[in-house]
Amino acid sequence: MTKEEIKKTIVDAIYEIAPEHEGEEIPEKESLQESLEIDSYDFLNLLTALAKKLGVEVPEEDYGKVDTLEHMVDYFAERIK
Amino acid sequence: MIYKMPSLGADMESGILAQWKVKEGDTLKKGDVIADIETSKGVIEGEVYEDGTVEKIVAKEGIEYPVGTPLAVIRTEKDDDATIQREIEEAVSALSAPSKKEEVAPQKEEEAGKTESVFKTPASEETPKSAAEELFGAIAKTETEPEKKSEPEAPVRVRATPLAKKRARELGVDLEEVAKKVHGKISAKDVEAFAKEMAQKGSAPKAAKPDAMRMAIAAAMSRSNAEIPHYYLSTPINMTRALEWLRDLNAKRSIRERILPAALLIRAVVKALEAVPELNGFWKDGPVVSHEIHPGIAIARREGGLITPALIDAQEKNLDETMKALTDLIERTRGGKLTSSQMTRQTITITNLGDLGVEKVYGVIYPPQVALVGFGRIMERPWAEGDAIAVRKVVEASIAGDHRATDGRTGALFLSKLDKVLQKPEELL
Repeated sequence: MTKEEIKKTIVDAIYEIAPEHEGEEIPEKESLQESLEIDSYDFLNLLTALAKKLGVEVPEEDYGKVDTLEHMVDYFAERIK
Repeated sequence: MIYKMPSLGADMESGILAQWKVKEGDTLKKGDVIADIETSKGVIEGEVYEDGTVEKIVAKEGIEYPVGTPLAVIRTEKDDDATIQREIEEAVSALSAPSKKEEVAPQKEEEAGKTESVFKTPASEETPKSAAEELFGAIAKTETEPEKKSEPEAPVRVRATPLAKKRARELGVDLEEVAKKVHGKISAKDVEAFAKEMAQKGSAPKAAKPDAMRMAIAAAMSRSNAEIPHYYLSTPINMTRALEWLRDLNAKRSIRERILPAALLIRAVVKALEAVPELNGFWKDGPVVSHEIHPGIAIARREGGLITPALIDAQEKNLDETMKALTDLIERTRGGKLTSSQMTRQTITITNLGDLGVEKVYGVIYPPQVALVGFGRIMERPWAEGDAIAVRKVVEASIAGDHRATDGRTGALFLSKLDKVLQKPEELL
């Protein structure tokens, strides 16, 4: 999977979790929770959806490594074989 | 027992019986959903509050009935044949009352009064409307279409995405006008296109309808501040142990079974309330302690605004069950159907503004409740331990109490108990 594909998967998952942002551009370098106003429940939901789509579960201790869209893409890109 | 069109908000005058979930002869348990009721806010699951058997269904699907109209007769343990017979007659005759149709919402006050006297049975209980009920009732108005006029059987439904509703409010666009041009669900883009078109035509959009949800919050909070002498207390709680324990627990679990700190905090509040029950209940011309704990959890809605549906019977739930119930509440608030008890039975409110980064919350109590528990963000702070200073994860817990019902001492006992409970997270499992 290319980084572009991973990014698209993540963005689509965000649209599903937070439909009020559907079609909006998701900022690359800002905290997802803050810029999208999603709470910890939505964030967990997003990671659950991504675990299903990408086959990688993010442990809690790595939450700091998936705080922005850019970081999240890198995180999954490193772990998807 | 006669099952009547429930009131799901102070200003709910009627609801459409969308679908029966049971048939005659079915056995019901307390809490079972008997029917889906469509209000202008959306579809709500109507529940029964006693065990019983469906004896007779009198109301028809797709029809709008005023609040209090008999919909079905349910045989409970207390009912003998004579009672059931009388109730069936009463229900049937109420439904065949000639003036029923004309009285369907919206009604003038006089007519509403009349409806009540026609449909209400002597057994019906008057309970004070809670602010939550008022709020839920009001959401009804913000949400979808303008007041229904005289065609109860063919209500105009406007289907729109949450963002579309939000944009419509911001731009002062009437969704019903947009619906005339758009087929299917209205999107935010449709709303924006409509607003642009109106601007080009030179016809300024009509002033936005007053946001009924905002108005209801305003009314409830004004009432709260006018009537309730609040006291406020807060204390920092060291969450390091609890969070470490939670991290270890979650590390062993798949992502689907993880517990959020919010669920842990709710569970801890419930435990502390068991020790200090005076804060869980109502003020109704005097303090009323509730032995059931149904905390109203503040949850943001996608389309804006915030509601506090009840996490029912939290005192009977362990940590996993609390997390499950919280998930259910959030999902129902953000797209599913809330049940009638989730909308009306709150005994205390818990608000957690932590996700927004504030340090502490001093809340305003929802009457007739007598307390509100607030949590700020869990943040790293210097913390004295013995004669050293260490960095610890700390949450500021606060309580707003109704000084008529309890004293500051009660609130202080509660916060102290809450702290103790959170130092032994393993007991919260």
